[in-house]
Amino acid sequence: MQVTITVNGETATHDVEPRLLLVHYLREVRRLTGTHVGCDTSNCGACTVLLDGDAVKSCTVLAVQAVGHDVATVESLARPDGTFSPVQEGFRQEHGLQCGYCTPGMLMACTALLTENPDPTDDEIREALEGNLCRCTGYQMILDAVHWAAAHPDGPSPAVPA
Amino acid sequence: MIPAPFDYVRAGSAEEAIAALAEHGDEAKLLAGGQSLLPLMKLRLATPAVLVDLGAVGDLAYAREEGDSIAIGALTRHRTLETSPFLREHAPLLAHAAHHVGDPQVRNRGTIGGSIAHGDAASDLPAAVLAMGGTLVVQGPGGRREIAARDFFLGFLETALAPDELLVEIRVPKGGGGWGFEKFTRRAQDWAIVGVAVHRGATTGVGLVNMAATPVRAVAVEEALAAGASAAEAAALAAEGMDPSADIHASPDYRRHLARVLVRRALEAAGVP
Repeated sequence: MQVTITVNGETATHDVEPRLLLVHYLREVRRLTGTHVGCDTSNCGACTVLLDGDAVKSCTVLAVQAVGHDVATVESLARPDGTFSPVQEGFRQEHGLQCGYCTPGMLMACTALLTENPDPTDDEIREALEGNLCRCTGYQMILDAVHWAAAHPDGPSPAVPA
Repeated sequence: MIPAPFDYVRAGSAEEAIAALAEHGDEAKLLAGGQSLLPLMKLRLATPAVLVDLGAVGDLAYAREEGDSIAIGALTRHRTLETSPFLREHAPLLAHAAHHVGDPQVRNRGTIGGSIAHGDAASDLPAAVLAMGGTLVVQGPGGRREIAARDFFLGFLETALAPDELLVEIRVPKGGGGWGFEKFTRRAQDWAIVGVAVHRGATTGVGLVNMAATPVRAVAVEEALAAGASAAEAAALAAEGMDPSADIHASPDYRRHLARVLVRRALEAAGVP
């Protein structure tokens, strides 16, 4: 069936099977491979994207369910000049990743959190990330990254090399 | 994991969804937030020939006062249940239970109607609605009817919904004299190994998670409390008549033990002496 879906501000129409999952649509139809397939069972959160600004697990949403809604993926975070968003820069500054596999989902979940709650506590961050698993960091550095982003809502300053 | 192929129908209204169900019968399934159905379809445990998507039905997401009740539209998402100041004030047990469903991503998609119509013994909201003595409003080709929550859950993932009926509204009593909610899990986002919801109104209702094939009331506890038993005395009866399953996390005996402990905690939190 024909679906018209807006991803990162760009609207496109494709012929897809109704059973196509949003994560596979993003990766294989839109060629946006920043969104990862992790557990494929809505546990790990690696596939987290924003649907109308809300964090969702794109392995548990059909592409057809995104018709008429705005999807945002990790590719949308950096500015056009390549400068990182506050959350991305926070992960860089505070070493919020090691292998990086969970990172796209973490970045999107943290972005959704900070949009709703610009200065979250440790507990609020942990709760917001209960659906995102990281097997490397032990999470503390991810908390630090979110705090960095909250303290730098304008993102990296010119003094920080991009 | 990819779901088996299906025909997709986008319903623009409850009536369109019911018409699609009437046309396709048992072959069709309703898709609300999809957080229970899509995982089952990916595992091919569910292989509906027709999927009727309720995502474009706009008028079934609401929460409002109706007399002594709170009426909640079936497509209200868990995230709304947990954050709505109105529901936190007037249906605090439901709002609290919704906060413990899955994780934020799941709560951003999942709906109260989907959770209840799915009828999973492991889910939190059916136990809360049972404890509150809620009423379910369902709509079919002939109009609407009401089903008491206590009569709704018939068997494993089986409810009193007819194949051509849609759950449209959940009604729970407004306010109440106290409530308790306990959920025992290994990890934050997990299903309950055992869960308990307690609601004190005219009588005290107790709903249990994962203690039978369906969401279930702890009738022995409710009757003991009505006869004047203390929280400790009543909680000792929490596993009476229950048939919990065994899995990798817990044996039936361990679940019975958890039920007794958690019911006592939930009753005490609700202010039962």
